[in-house]
Parts: sequence; C-alpha cells; structure tokens
Amino acid sequence: MPLLIKKGRLIDPATNYDGVVDILIEGGMIKKIAPKINGSCDERIDAANKVVVPGLIDMHTHLREPGREDEETIQSGTRAAAKGGFTTICCMPNTDPPIDDPSLVEFIYQEAEKRGLVEVLPIATISKARAGKDLSPMGRLKKAGAVAFSDDGDWVADSHLMRRALEYAKMFNLPLISHCEDRRLSQDGVMNEGYISTVLGLKGMPKEAEEVALLRDLALCKMTESLLHVAHLSTANGVELIRKAKVSGVRVTTEVTPHHFTLTDREVKSFDTNTKVNPPLRGKRDVEALKEGLKDATIDVIATDHAPHLVEEKEKEYSAAPFGVVGLETALGLVIKELVQTGSLTLMEAIAKLTINPARILRIDRGLIKEGARANLTIFDLEKKWLVTEDGFFSKCKNSPFLDWELPGKVEWTIVGGKVVYQ
Amino acid sequence: MVFKRKDLLGMEDLSKEEILFILKTAESFREILERPIRKVPTLRGKTVVNLFFEPSTRTRMSFELAEKRLNADVLNFSTSNSSAVKGETLLDTARNILAMKVDCLVLRHPTPGTPHLLAKKLPVSVINAGDGAHEHPTQALLDLYTIRERKRTVEGLKIVIIGDIAHSRVARSNIWALQKLGAEVRVCAPPTLIPPLIEKMGVKVFYSQEDALKEVDIVMMLRIQKERQNTGLLPSLSEYVELFSLTEERLNLAKPDALIMHPGPVNRGIELPAKLADGKRSVILNQVTNGVAVRMAVLYLLLGKS
Repeated sequence: MPLLIKKGRLIDPATNYDGVVDILIEGGMIKKIAPKINGSCDERIDAANKVVVPGLIDMHTHLREPGREDEETIQSGTRAAAKGGFTTICCMPNTDPPIDDPSLVEFIYQEAEKRGLVEVLPIATISKARAGKDLSPMGRLKKAGAVAFSDDGDWVADSHLMRRALEYAKMFNLPLISHCEDRRLSQDGVMNEGYISTVLGLKGMPKEAEEVALLRDLALCKMTESLLHVAHLSTANGVELIRKAKVSGVRVTTEVTPHHFTLTDREVKSFDTNTKVNPPLRGKRDVEALKEGLKDATIDVIATDHAPHLVEEKEKEYSAAPFGVVGLETALGLVIKELVQTGSLTLMEAIAKLTINPARILRIDRGLIKEGARANLTIFDLEKKWLVTEDGFFSKCKNSPFLDWELPGKVEWTIVGGKVVYQ
Repeated sequence: MVFKRKDLLGMEDLSKEEILFILKTAESFREILERPIRKVPTLRGKTVVNLFFEPSTRTRMSFELAEKRLNADVLNFSTSNSSAVKGETLLDTARNILAMKVDCLVLRHPTPGTPHLLAKKLPVSVINAGDGAHEHPTQALLDLYTIRERKRTVEGLKIVIIGDIAHSRVARSNIWALQKLGAEVRVCAPPTLIPPLIEKMGVKVFYSQEDALKEVDIVMMLRIQKERQNTGLLPSLSEYVELFSLTEERLNLAKPDALIMHPGPVNRGIELPAKLADGKRSVILNQVTNGVAVRMAVLYLLLGKS
C-alpha cells in the first residue's frame, strides 16, 4: 500500500539536502520526492514540523541472541531499535555461541525476518570462538551475510593474528572492528583510572589501555592497507591518534557512543552500576576531545553499544556488576541534547553520523533518502521532550544511566521497507 | 547541634562540625569504659547486625563490644564469600536480614560503594566498617580521637601516612578527616603504591621516608599486604622493609614528641620493629580502646534518639 509523508523537513546528509518535501513510498521503495505530491493515498503521515531522516543505523548493538535471551532477543532488541528510530542495526558476535559460523549468521537473518521489526545485519567474529587464536572463516561468513568482523569485547591481543586477519579481510573489502583495550594494562579495572578512582578506591582502567591497543592496530592497519574501524573511542589521545592516522592516509574509521560524549567518570561517585561501561566513562577533557573529533570528522559514527543486562545482574556490588548500558532508545535524544542543541554539531552533521557514514563504512545500500532507494525512514520531533523511564523501554533491560532524564527528539514514526514499525 | 544522618558512610561527606560532634559524644562514652560496670541501656531493644564479607577480627570485635556496651541485641554474620557466590545478590541478603526486623547494618565489604548501595535501598541505618580501598570512617574517627587525646587539637599538626596508600581505606578516610580538622597530611610509599592524582585530595606525596618524616607530629604506619609482592607492585617484601620500615633512626627526623599510630594488625618487623610498636611513643593500643568509644558514639547518634 502506498504511503505518503506530507510536509516533513527532509534532512538527507548523503545529498546535503535540508528542506520541506512530500515523500511517496510504494512497494517498499521511495517512489517520489517532490515539494508537493498530490493524489489520493490511503496511508498518510502528516509530518509538518517534524524532521524526516534516513532510517538510523546502529553499527554496534548487542542483541544477546543466541544465548542470553533472558536479557534481549532479536525481537525485543529490534523493537527497542524501532522505538529509538533505528531501522538497521548490526549485532555484535559476543553471543553464546559466538557468531563465528555461517549457520549462525543465517540464524540471525532468519530470526530477524521472522520476528524482527527492523533490519539486523550480523557482525561475525575475527577469530574462531572469539578465542584470539585462529581466523574465523571470513569468506563463508561474508557469503552468509556478515557485514564486518569483530571479536567485540576481546581485543585481538595476538599481533600476528591481527595482522593476518586484516590482510585476509582485504579480499572481502570489509572492515575489522576493534575494541581497543590492552587488558594487561586495564587488568581487572572497573572504571576510568584517575582522581575519581583514587578517591573511590575502585580499580582503574588507564586511558593508555586504549591508546596502546590503538597504536598497534593503527600500525597494522597501515602496514596491511586494510580497513579498520575502531569501536567506541573514549579518550582524547585516541581521538588525536586517529586524526593523525587519517591525515596520513590510514584507512581507519571510528565511532563514539552517546554515553561517552555525555557523561564523565564523576558519575561513578553515585556507585550506580549503570555508570559501569567498557571502555569506562572518562574525564571532562576526553568528552571535549570526543566532541571536537565529531566536529572535525575524525569520528565518523555515533553508535550505541546497546548492552542489555538484567536488574539482578546490575543490582550488585560495583565490581561484580557487568559492564554495559542500554542505548538504542536514548541515542537520538542524547545526540540532539548534547551535540546539536549545544552547537557541537549541526543537525545535518549529527544525522550523517547515524546514517550515511555507518552505511559507507559497512558498504551497505542504506542511510540515504532518494527515489528508488529502500524506504527506511525515521521521523522525529526535534523539540518535543520526553522522559526516560524504566517502563518506557522496549528493551528487555532497563540498565540506563539516563533514567529520569528529559530528552528532546521524540521519534514519531519509524519506517522500514515502507512499513511503519513504530509510531 | 543535631546529628541528622541515617548512615555513616565515609569521612569525605562529613563536615568539620559533624566530626567534632561525634568526637565530643565519644568522650562521654570513653568515660563509661573506665567505670566498673561498662554498660549503659542506651540502645536497649535495638538490633544491630554486623555483616562482614571480609575477614576482620579487630573491627568486628570493636563494633560488637560497642553494641553490647550500649545494650543492643547483636547478630553477627561473617563470610569471606560474597553472597553472589550462592546466587543471592547482596541486596537480597540484606533484605532478608531486614525482614527479621533489625535497626542497623554494620557492613564490611571488599567492594567500594557497597554500603552506599545498601544505604540507598534500605530504610535502616548503615555503618560503613570498611568498603574495599574506599573508606573506613570509624577508623579515621578513632584516630582523630586518639590524636586529640594526646595533642589536644589536630589543627596545625603535620601527619605522615606511610605504606600501601593505593589499597588503603584507612589512608583515604584519614586524608579527608585530618585535613577537615586542619592538619597537613603527607603520604609516603613507593610510586606503585600511590594512586594516581592523590595530590588533588590535598596531600603531599613523598617517595623517601627520610624527607616525609621531617618535623612531623604523627607517624601513621599502614599494614602492608604480603600479596603485593606477587602483583608487580613490589619486587620483594624485604626490599620494602629496607626502604619503608620505620626505624628509630628515621623516627629521629620527626618531632621529638611524635606519636606512632597503626590501624592494626601490625606486621611486627615489617612496618615497624617491635621495640617501636611497644615503645612509649606508640599509641597503637590507645587507638584500640578509643575505637570502642567512638563506635558507641556513632551507634548512639544514628540509633539512639528515635
């Protein structure tokens, strides 16, 4: 059934377009974009005073399925995504079993097809069982539909393996996503190492754990001329290293999470385990550097690192609680509140980092609105405020450090393949 | 002044006035300890649970004695396993104990912030009896009490804390407490046992004991854990002893009337030789006695008036 979106303010970073238009969707595709589209249409969306953007893409989501369906499933995770305005999410392979076999990639696609509300693109492992020893079958994983490779929370500590992985992945033209953390340095730390960890007596994870790992990965990326995407960058030095690497032509891209550009390690003083994330919340200077990196395009992407954990797991002593927070449903609001409303980024720049930029890194045909493209769109109210509450989450888990925050950017409609999946 | 807190969690958030008020209250309880019958009915009908998730003899006994001298009913629960091992969350354990109608939890736990977590979630008073390397407020209070007993005031004193600062809750609580009462605080340890940016807490950092001890009024030695030598923090305990053990010669650099303190238990021959631990400048046992009085005062202020 055709769907007509009337009078929305279209922001399409791929073409740098910002203007009020009507958009006609038919057969799951964008049929026509014009200042005024007449004609009868059964389904209409009045998007006056709303912003219409390409469907948001999250290239860093933990869906927990298979293995921890008590925390999240493809069904619940994609519902959360739809509510947050995401039409495409990439699920990380730290599942049980990990996504290191084509059958698991296929399983994700099948489940998403059956029960998912939005598109799910699997990221497969770099090494078998994420054990950091042997290469995963990247060719077969790609054939099954993997869009990138990552050992997720476990940095590939073996430099030789990482070199070979980068080299091997070149023939598929897919990026390796690296969680840059030298565990020998971060050890069993639970928060950023610095003044706050000293005061609280909690074990710190030094910024250098990210820096050291990043330096090695950049060297190998340069050596192999392969594609490297650095996950959830968190430090000022990390931003500077990637800035320099990009200038010298290294094929590296990177992302930042909303919690890392919004919060600092001061939040840990509450001992709220929803402030426990990996990489940890850093200092004020790091937050400023991350914002500068976003502005000058050193940081390409905003990704959620959506990591659901049950209350009974998070309601533990700080050291015993798992790392991670949910993020799909608060990401857009935080981007607008912390980056756009503060003037760090224009709305166009911010939306690029949630749409066309991740699409380009993953080499997927998404993240833009043009005639003939798949009709994935997100429509939100830039000003309208909403309160973050536990009950409001569609995710199975409520582990958010932003509970009780008032956020702008209320998602009104999420459209996947021409179908409204959230309203 | 009225002491209005539900919990005692740390020295960082206590005001100078509150600290002085607790110490003043402790004076009257200290006097009770000298009586032939060392017991008052202040907390009759109240139940206090000592919940210890870390081995402790001295602190647990001191709290238990304080509670008994105030006539509270006392329940002890000690385990070196965190309840998580049994699949029960700490909060569940605490809720279960509360369901038995108790008035106060005295908690020791290896993880910083655990008493804070319980204090936030539970309606009863929580006393932090040591949370990891974070705080140990009653230790700092008894140290202040002991210093004031001998020196009358803390104001203007130079105090050095020597030992494993990085892993010490006693150091952190004392750094806050001593400075609030006007002392100058130094810390002295090998750099591997000094946590990052501790200067921002207001202290001066020394790596040389000789420099750190100059002209100090109080030498506070911390217990060194033997395990530290296996984690790359120290090459060996014997090298630590050589560099950081208090000797008579080094003590001569301090003021002639300088006092030696130690939160216990003392590793004799490691932090300091027996001769100094038992000598006339040592107030280590006074600290232990005062600990009971200070804990009585804290229990009374949190529980006594309702």
